[in-house]
Amino acid sequence: MIKVENVKKRFGQEEILKGITTTFERGKTNLIIGQSGSGKSVMLKCLLGLFQPEEGRIYYEEQAIQDMNDDQQRELRENIGMLFQGGALFDSMTIEENVMFPLRMFTKQSKEEMLTRVNDVLARVNLQNENKKYPAEISGGMQKRVSIARAIVNRPKFLFCDEPNSGLDPKTATVIDNLIQEITHEFNITTVVVTHDMNSVMEIGEQINFLKNGLLVWKGTNDEIFRTDNKDVTDFVYSSDLFKKIREVQLGI
Amino acid sequence: MKYIRDIGSYFLMLKKVFGGFTKGSVLRELIFKEIDDLVISSLGIVAFISFFVGGVITIQTALNLTNPLIPKSLIAFATRQSIILEFAPTFMSIIMAGKVGSFITSSIGSMRVTEQIDALEVMGINPLNYLVFPKIVAMMFYPLVIALAMFLGIVGGYVAGVYGGFTNSTDFGIGLRDTFEPFHLIYAFLKTFVFAFIIATVPSWQGYYMKGGALEVGKASTNSFVWTSVLIILANYIITQLLLS
Repeated sequence: MIKVENVKKRFGQEEILKGITTTFERGKTNLIIGQSGSGKSVMLKCLLGLFQPEEGRIYYEEQAIQDMNDDQQRELRENIGMLFQGGALFDSMTIEENVMFPLRMFTKQSKEEMLTRVNDVLARVNLQNENKKYPAEISGGMQKRVSIARAIVNRPKFLFCDEPNSGLDPKTATVIDNLIQEITHEFNITTVVVTHDMNSVMEIGEQINFLKNGLLVWKGTNDEIFRTDNKDVTDFVYSSDLFKKIREVQLGI
Repeated sequence: MKYIRDIGSYFLMLKKVFGGFTKGSVLRELIFKEIDDLVISSLGIVAFISFFVGGVITIQTALNLTNPLIPKSLIAFATRQSIILEFAPTFMSIIMAGKVGSFITSSIGSMRVTEQIDALEVMGINPLNYLVFPKIVAMMFYPLVIALAMFLGIVGGYVAGVYGGFTNSTDFGIGLRDTFEPFHLIYAFLKTFVFAFIIATVPSWQGYYMKGGALEVGKASTNSFVWTSVLIILANYIITQLLLS
């Protein structure tokens, strides 16, 4: 579980996060949604410790990240898996080497043990027989799956996903969404997904945090988001024609 | 003001490069890879340029020594001095600033653009140690490249001088040995180490701290070449002033 208490982040005079308090629960896919510029990515970077908030505290399993010494922070990072927007796979390494990377860096396993684990996770993301290819030789969707495999190979307790569906067709996007949710339940990890994709919200939004102008303005599930009267949320959710039509059907217009 | 900030940022980067070390076995592999990418892969172009520039130096020296009172051995003497003191260490380093420096900046810059550096950071790996330290270690083998450049430059001079009819083998041999100062070699290799450090770190700084996309990677590579060359020239002047004057 990750607990966030009154987190504020400023860049110069501009306050990006204006006091966010929320909880990301274990075994659930927790979404952070909102329009561009709402503070989603800054929030994610604060959670990852890449940005230091000016105020507020972030607790990982009851311990504040601000109170951790270097060793504790290093240990925490070994328990974090991250799926980047573009995959962030290392170009100079094969698929197998990319997925093996966290094991080589943080464990003392033999080559055979590492290879077995790599093959297991690649099979988990439905990517067998692609081990020796380079990232440039596979599709965007496959790159995302390799990135998920790399994120989970070291059995992390926390999984972060930054816009996991960007640049993917709707079908592949659904595959990635489902994979993230299955992995979250299967390994009982705390997953935080930053997205503005409403399909993801519908597919995997077990806990949704809606940000607007650096404030948490609404929190709920994917069922509740379609029933809320919160104007900020409805403006966001029903901004596309598809969802407007769904709304009209719902209201019987 | 920007330059002062940049200089400060460069030295802060160096401090981080030598801290938070990557796992030994991984680092060892990275060093071998960098030796291959930065040093071994440069041997071909270095050999080609050195051989022909050595030849050109000999021909130009011979063409300018028209007075019959000046001994022909001076051709080899001038070739040796030019190659050992300046051509191999300095001129070759500027070429390497273009070849190796641009490669370093563009590879690190691309990693920045595609979030690969963020990925390292999130995993708790010190990206500067992981990316830059192996390059610095690999470039400490760079003086071997310069030794090759010196040797092939003189061979090129010999071939052009003797087979071009400007001098003969005996005079060339005499000129090569004439008033040879071993300290000149020490001076040349000493400055090569300094240039190697500049070639490894300045392009790394340019790539690591760049912001933007593919276009900015290109701009950073150009800046990297300009600043590496400027620093090599400045360092060359300072070292020469300190050691030879």
